Amino acid sequence: MSGEMILLGLAGIIEAGAPILIAAIGETLSERAGVTNLSLNGLIILSGMMGFWAALTTDSIVLGFLAGMLVGALVAAIVAFSSITLKQSQVAVGFILAITCADLAYFLGNPIMGAQAPIMFASPIPLLRDIPIIGTLFFQHSVMTYFSLVLIGLSWFWISKTRPGLMLRGIGEQPAAAYVRGANVIRLRYIYTILGGALVGLAGPLYTLSVKAGWKGTITGLDGIGWIVLAITIFGGWDPIRVAFGAYLFAFLQWLGLILQSTLTFIPSQVLQVAPFPLMILALLFVNLGNTEWVERILARLPDKLRIQIKKIIRATQSRPPAALGTPFEKE
Amino acid sequence: MEKVKQQGLSILFQVGGLILALLFVTLILVVIDTNPLDVFRLIWEGATGSMTRITNIFVVWAPLVLVTCGLLVTFTAGLWNIGIEGQITLGAIFATGIIRMFLDTSVPPAFVILISIMGGMVGGAIWAALPGILKTYGGVNEIFGGLGLNFIATALNIGLIFGAWSRPGVASMSGTEPFPPAYALPTLPSYNLSWYSIILAVISLVIIFFLLQGTHLGLRLKAIGKRMKSAYRLGIPTRKYMMLSFIICGLFAGLTGALQVVAVYHRLIPSISSGYGYLGLMIAMLINYQAIWIAPIALFFAALNISGIQLPIVLKLDSSLTGVLQGSLVLFILLMQGVKQRVLGKK
Repeated sequence: MSGEMILLGLAGIIEAGAPILIAAIGETLSERAGVTNLSLNGLIILSGMMGFWAALTTDSIVLGFLAGMLVGALVAAIVAFSSITLKQSQVAVGFILAITCADLAYFLGNPIMGAQAPIMFASPIPLLRDIPIIGTLFFQHSVMTYFSLVLIGLSWFWISKTRPGLMLRGIGEQPAAAYVRGANVIRLRYIYTILGGALVGLAGPLYTLSVKAGWKGTITGLDGIGWIVLAITIFGGWDPIRVAFGAYLFAFLQWLGLILQSTLTFIPSQVLQVAPFPLMILALLFVNLGNTEWVERILARLPDKLRIQIKKIIRATQSRPPAALGTPFEKE
Repeated sequence: MEKVKQQGLSILFQVGGLILALLFVTLILVVIDTNPLDVFRLIWEGATGSMTRITNIFVVWAPLVLVTCGLLVTFTAGLWNIGIEGQITLGAIFATGIIRMFLDTSVPPAFVILISIMGGMVGGAIWAALPGILKTYGGVNEIFGGLGLNFIATALNIGLIFGAWSRPGVASMSGTEPFPPAYALPTLPSYNLSWYSIILAVISLVIIFFLLQGTHLGLRLKAIGKRMKSAYRLGIPTRKYMMLSFIICGLFAGLTGALQVVAVYHRLIPSISSGYGYLGLMIAMLINYQAIWIAPIALFFAALNISGIQLPIVLKLDSSLTGVLQGSLVLFILLMQGVKQRVLGKK
């Protein structure tokens, strides 16, 4: 494989990883605030359909993305209301929405299956695009891909370097303490859940208007992506940089799958299509194994020096959720 | 007296949830310029219009009851067995595999059916043990373990239908070659419903009701589900019981899958689990995990499924509308439950 091809492949990974990346950062914001939005799989399918429909009827890609964001924000608002205000199980409500939103998308999207909506093209950035290597890698993408790249840095900076970011971490880790320090826990949780949902809602149209252009009902190929995004959020340890690494790793593996599919034709395509899922399980095993009791017990038997070394490695790879994730906040 | 009042209020809020769900679906239908009355009438007629349809409702009812029975065991232990879809699929695959092994032998077909059902249960249990092991020994949340395994099971199923077990000549989405009639559970004359499925569903209902109400196992599972730490301090081996609840649920799911093969389709088809596992999860949430409500609510959901078949034929609407109706029903009733707790100021 020539250098040129590798470069184009990597650029393609940045492009194909963008929707997963944006969605995973959206979910990270929501979970950092203490709310798991488990509806992602249905949310992405529904926002993809609605975004496609909006772009189709208005002939405007921008409105397509806005429609997707609106859907995402609305679904997230239901999750927020039911879990924050009504204190119902986030898992239950999220799961119901994951299934129902997908059904709603297939129902409403039935008449526009196979229609031709506008497609978002790449908008290379003048001058920067001509820089060797870097230009091809980063500056010949679509607007949304640039946004995804900016979002990594922006969300990382927001969470770890700003005062509101400190507040965000507080309401997800120790809401009671954050409340004492003047944080409006309930309002902030609403804001971050809805903002996170709106970001996830960009992923749907990003697929149907660009990365996997078109709406084809149940075979659009969006089923499963939401679950992958949730897994990447965990794999990324709720940290935007690590989340980005996870999203690109996933996109890379998918690309590898496509190449393998064309060379190893004896493997049925259905088998390679599900390859992400065993990988998802392995990745979660990888980041969680260090937390389990039996690993701790084995470690306790090892000589001190070795144990400290291994513990260091485990601490670097394992992922620990925000302490108050999934629990309602009660003012005492 | 106070208790009666409480129950009355509960029902009031549940009816409120039902009305909100109907309003929501009506709103959707109005938005897409369809007459909601036509749709609701069609749903009613689609479910009750003929004897065939009524028996078909019970063809769906039996598997829904079976999976929900299994799911109550995992829910009681506080576990989300979302992997149930894959467990159904594996049950069907195991059952099909066993029948295929004995097709050209002199083993009596009735015996083959029996061991294929048992084999299906084993298949479901194995697939359920996997998220159990991943959770108890790997720290992987059962929701993600189960989901991943669902997708893998589907791929395995399709791989078999188009690969090793493909129809002679041309492999297709219609499934594997149908088995000879001798290898099918007998059905009611000229209908698709097998009495055996109904009997097994009723037996399962009884087993689960008593298992969860009055046995040691049921109580221990409850202790684990309610509060892990206290159960652990009381000396209940938490992990062992979690694994056990996964395996029990897997047995029910595997039975469901095996019956889909020997009692309904008489072959392996790509969508053999028919989404019954996810529907079972919805039913379990709707009935607030109380076994006594499984039978009627499963009947209601089964009727909706059957009537949905008419939607594309008569009104050119996608049949996923019944899914929207079922989902919004569960959602709104859950939300109304939250509203009730908030209004009454109870935890």
